[in-house]
Amino acid sequence: MSRLSVNTRLLRRIVVDFVREEIRKTGLKKGVLGLSGGIDSALVAFIAAEALGPENVHAVCMPYKSSNPDSEAHARVVAEACGVNFTVIPITPMVDAYFDRFPDADNMRRGNKMARERMTILFDHSALHGALVLGTSNKTELLLGYGTLYGDMASALNPIGDLYKSQIWQLSGEMGVPREVIEKKPSADLWAGQTDEQELGFTYREVDELMYCMVDLRMTTEELLAEGFAAEFIATVGEKIKNSHFKRRLPIIAKVSNRTIDRDFRYSRDWGK
Amino acid sequence: MDFTIALAQIKPKLGCLTDNLSLVEGAIERGIRERADLIVFPELALTGYFLKDLVPDLALGLDSPEIARLKELSRHIGIAVGFVEATGDYRFFNSALFLDGGEIRHLHRKVYLPTYGLFDEQRYLARGDRFRAFDSRFGRMGMLICEDFWHLSAPYILAMDGATTLLCLSSSPGRGLSEDESLGSTVAWQRLTATTATFLNSRVIYCNRVGFEDGVNFWGGSEAVSPSGVATSRGKLLEEDFVLATIREGELRRERIFSPLMRDENLPLTLRELARIDTEGGR
Repeated sequence: MSRLSVNTRLLRRIVVDFVREEIRKTGLKKGVLGLSGGIDSALVAFIAAEALGPENVHAVCMPYKSSNPDSEAHARVVAEACGVNFTVIPITPMVDAYFDRFPDADNMRRGNKMARERMTILFDHSALHGALVLGTSNKTELLLGYGTLYGDMASALNPIGDLYKSQIWQLSGEMGVPREVIEKKPSADLWAGQTDEQELGFTYREVDELMYCMVDLRMTTEELLAEGFAAEFIATVGEKIKNSHFKRRLPIIAKVSNRTIDRDFRYSRDWGK
Repeated sequence: MDFTIALAQIKPKLGCLTDNLSLVEGAIERGIRERADLIVFPELALTGYFLKDLVPDLALGLDSPEIARLKELSRHIGIAVGFVEATGDYRFFNSALFLDGGEIRHLHRKVYLPTYGLFDEQRYLARGDRFRAFDSRFGRMGMLICEDFWHLSAPYILAMDGATTLLCLSSSPGRGLSEDESLGSTVAWQRLTATTATFLNSRVIYCNRVGFEDGVNFWGGSEAVSPSGVATSRGKLLEEDFVLATIREGELRRERIFSPLMRDENLPLTLRELARIDTEGGR
């Protein structure tokens, strides 16, 4: 854990300032986010409440009929604890209406559809409230590709995307996220009994340590082996990072002109802000 | 002489020349009001940092009305400010001007353009080709821009050229979070400014910006470091600030007596050895 330990007071300051400044420079003052009942979105709700004032944060809980009822209860506890606006919008009617046409669809298709359904609701609420959508994906899942492209990965800005799950736990403690939310097993909650670590096949603490050495410190495979990571684990995680890279990039464009967006037409997003 | 430096730890808006010029003018007026003799701004104070393809659009010629306005203001206070400079042959430099008494006293073009990690300067900017000290009414000075300061030879050359005050205009992104109280970039810079001041028996005046650009924070922490390597004034971390630092001639005099490293520095030996390394193709 030690390598991933961070000064949470300094981290808190940076991510809170980030949300405040990056939203205000667009001329807006509000944020909207999906509150699942899990730790990542709970932390973002706390960050946004501190940055913007809880009255300027809209948290939307969007359960599906198979979601664990505890999730909505936890989301409610979080919203009450940090004082943000809270709305529940069940997605069962929309999702089921679609899958009536595809009754044989597997869990992956259903889970992705749910994530994207939630995304459309958040972006609609962005227009409804004049608020930017806050991302809730952490660095661990972004690197592993453990998220739905244009679903839960979609946002206008993400205060926690450079934090490994182990650091999410630390900062959540610092910011006062309710204990029961910090301590429960992480789950995408797409189907009953699902847990992230079971599905991934390793624990967050293990993979965070590995990815910190691999990505942040750029250790070679030999160095990683010497650190005590198993060869198979190194290979599996390396493949996951590589194979999910498309999710972390904009769609690629067939280049024909001299100035192609993002290749030789390059501007910061904060251009003019 | 003793004099007062204002460190304008501002938050420029990316790509907004007019807004930033107002910001800079406001700080200059405050500096004049508060009786500072010299005001130092961050690197690229007039433009913001992650400019990318905006570079040519925001570049100013030395004869532009914006520079003329700053020259005019320098009748009341010395000004060191960073901007993108356009030359007649359409090269664009990450430059810093030292203005005083209504005139340009010195121009430095950033030599070491970082192009690694989160930096991409050499893609967009032309590289400066000299380090020169210059005389000012505050004594002989040298001016460097951010990454220049990390190359030992740059402050060394300026100090050997007689500079006793080294100005460093910076836009340093905050990064490297650990269990420490400060970010890795803060710790590294503070170590660097203190060490450079000590080794060269020179004052180091460091001005860094604050604010965010595309999620990257700039950590501030502008400081005046005495020739003994002690930060005598320091700006806040991660927020705007306006620091007034009193520079005492006595500190420089005492340090140069106490630890005469610059007096004893052997220039011919250094030149001989560098020439040998160059000849032998060791680099």
